[in-house]
Amino acid sequence: MGTLTRKAAIVGVAESDLGYTPNKTFLQLIAQATDRALEDAGLTKKDVDGFFSAGWLTMESIMIAEYLGIQPSYSDSTLPGGSAFEFHIQHAVAAISSGICETALICYGETRLSDRKKGMAINFATGAPQEPEEQFEIPYGLWVPIPTYALAAQRHMYQYGTTSAQLAEIAVAARRWASLNPAATMRDPLTIDDVLASPMMSTPLRLRDCCLVNDGGGAVIVTTAERARNLRKKPVWILGCGESHTHRSITGMPDLTVTPAKTSGERAYHMAGLSPDDIDLLELYDSFTITVLLQLEDLGFCPKGEGGRYVEGQRLAPGGSRPTNTSGGGLSYLHTGMYGIFLLIEAARQLRGECGNRQVINAKTALCNGIGGNLSSSGTVILGVD
Amino acid sequence: MKTDYNKPLPYIHSETQAYWEGAKRHELLIRKCRSCDRYHFYPRDFCPSCFSLDVEWVKASGRGIIYSFTTCHRPAQHFENDAPYNIVLVELEEGVRMMSTIVNFPNDDLRIGMAVEVVFDDVTPEVTLPKFRPINK
Repeated sequence: MGTLTRKAAIVGVAESDLGYTPNKTFLQLIAQATDRALEDAGLTKKDVDGFFSAGWLTMESIMIAEYLGIQPSYSDSTLPGGSAFEFHIQHAVAAISSGICETALICYGETRLSDRKKGMAINFATGAPQEPEEQFEIPYGLWVPIPTYALAAQRHMYQYGTTSAQLAEIAVAARRWASLNPAATMRDPLTIDDVLASPMMSTPLRLRDCCLVNDGGGAVIVTTAERARNLRKKPVWILGCGESHTHRSITGMPDLTVTPAKTSGERAYHMAGLSPDDIDLLELYDSFTITVLLQLEDLGFCPKGEGGRYVEGQRLAPGGSRPTNTSGGGLSYLHTGMYGIFLLIEAARQLRGECGNRQVINAKTALCNGIGGNLSSSGTVILGVD
Repeated sequence: MKTDYNKPLPYIHSETQAYWEGAKRHELLIRKCRSCDRYHFYPRDFCPSCFSLDVEWVKASGRGIIYSFTTCHRPAQHFENDAPYNIVLVELEEGVRMMSTIVNFPNDDLRIGMAVEVVFDDVTPEVTLPKFRPINK
């Protein structure tokens, strides 16, 4: 068993105001989420000596630390896309267990929806001219991320016979969870036919195969095993972590049907000494329906190529045998650009039994998996409670 | 020669100049490692497999198959008049994959595994983009 298992625990989690927050900046959202997460843990800002954040602005994590008034002994701004915060968990456990810091704050916020409406959105469509994608992909009309994930979906359909109706099962299951979550953006009923009738974005992905765009922030507090036992809430132990990235551009992806979750998952299972059969609930990055399907396969919940059949019959939905994305996910609850922090927040709440109508009964272990970029990076975090 | 071309163009630098000059001559050049015999794409000054600096330019056959494709209904900026348009990943006979587009062919008839060959689109006096068309059998 790996040396980092149970060396640290998540002891505080919170979101900021969510959805559409035109009168708050991303910094205000981060401060709000941080304050709420510290309150959740029964800690104060003075206890924070490890600082983790990720954002798209220049030296953003340093900016956030200044804004919050934090001068950490360990600082980490790893930015592999939306999986950043799963990467941060592993780095936090390593830093805490080696004694560089004792209590880590992982925090994040974006206001993409408000920025778009105000005409001040960051332009993700154009990178620097020196980037290989700018030279070899963008001249052909590529934009990210919908067409890149569509290329992966198309390939999976070709190799394994996966259908659009099977992908729609994932969107419908997410909506059914969201209907139980008062904080979710989209709570109206959704059927497979509704998904299949939604506007085509980039074949084979339709509008309802794609995540939402919202404003929001989140914060997660991680501390030592010793300290975690004496705080306000029961510790959510970090049992295993793993990270991997294999490419950035979709052209560079070694196999369009296999994500780096395969490797990050193996590393996390190894550290935790657990297998997929031991996992009670899943929080999987759902930028798109295909993202979930690929992770289910790569993380060992079904054989490669069987994902389409696996998700049929609403297996992932409330009452199904594989509860997945219990908040409603990026497809129906919220997606702010880098969704990974919300996977951790929902998993911690589920394991503490705080989820009301959507509570998964007797959930003792949860697997969170973040995917970033163009299926580029994957961070796996396995959590558990005593 | 199209002079009103307003779509994104590649920034060509020393590492890739030969590739783009080849395209202007209507040749598809790719990199091959003399140490491990592997091809790679996009072109680099070294082999990303074995890290040898002994890499040469070779003329690709220009034939390959469609590895995957998508038809973009929501367009990229400057491609609004083309939508819906296709983007493909072509796997060349040499084994490397590159992004491109299939010309003069209905999007609805695109299939993975379809045999394709390179054609060259001189989009500006300076830049030629390698594109592909199905091989008629």
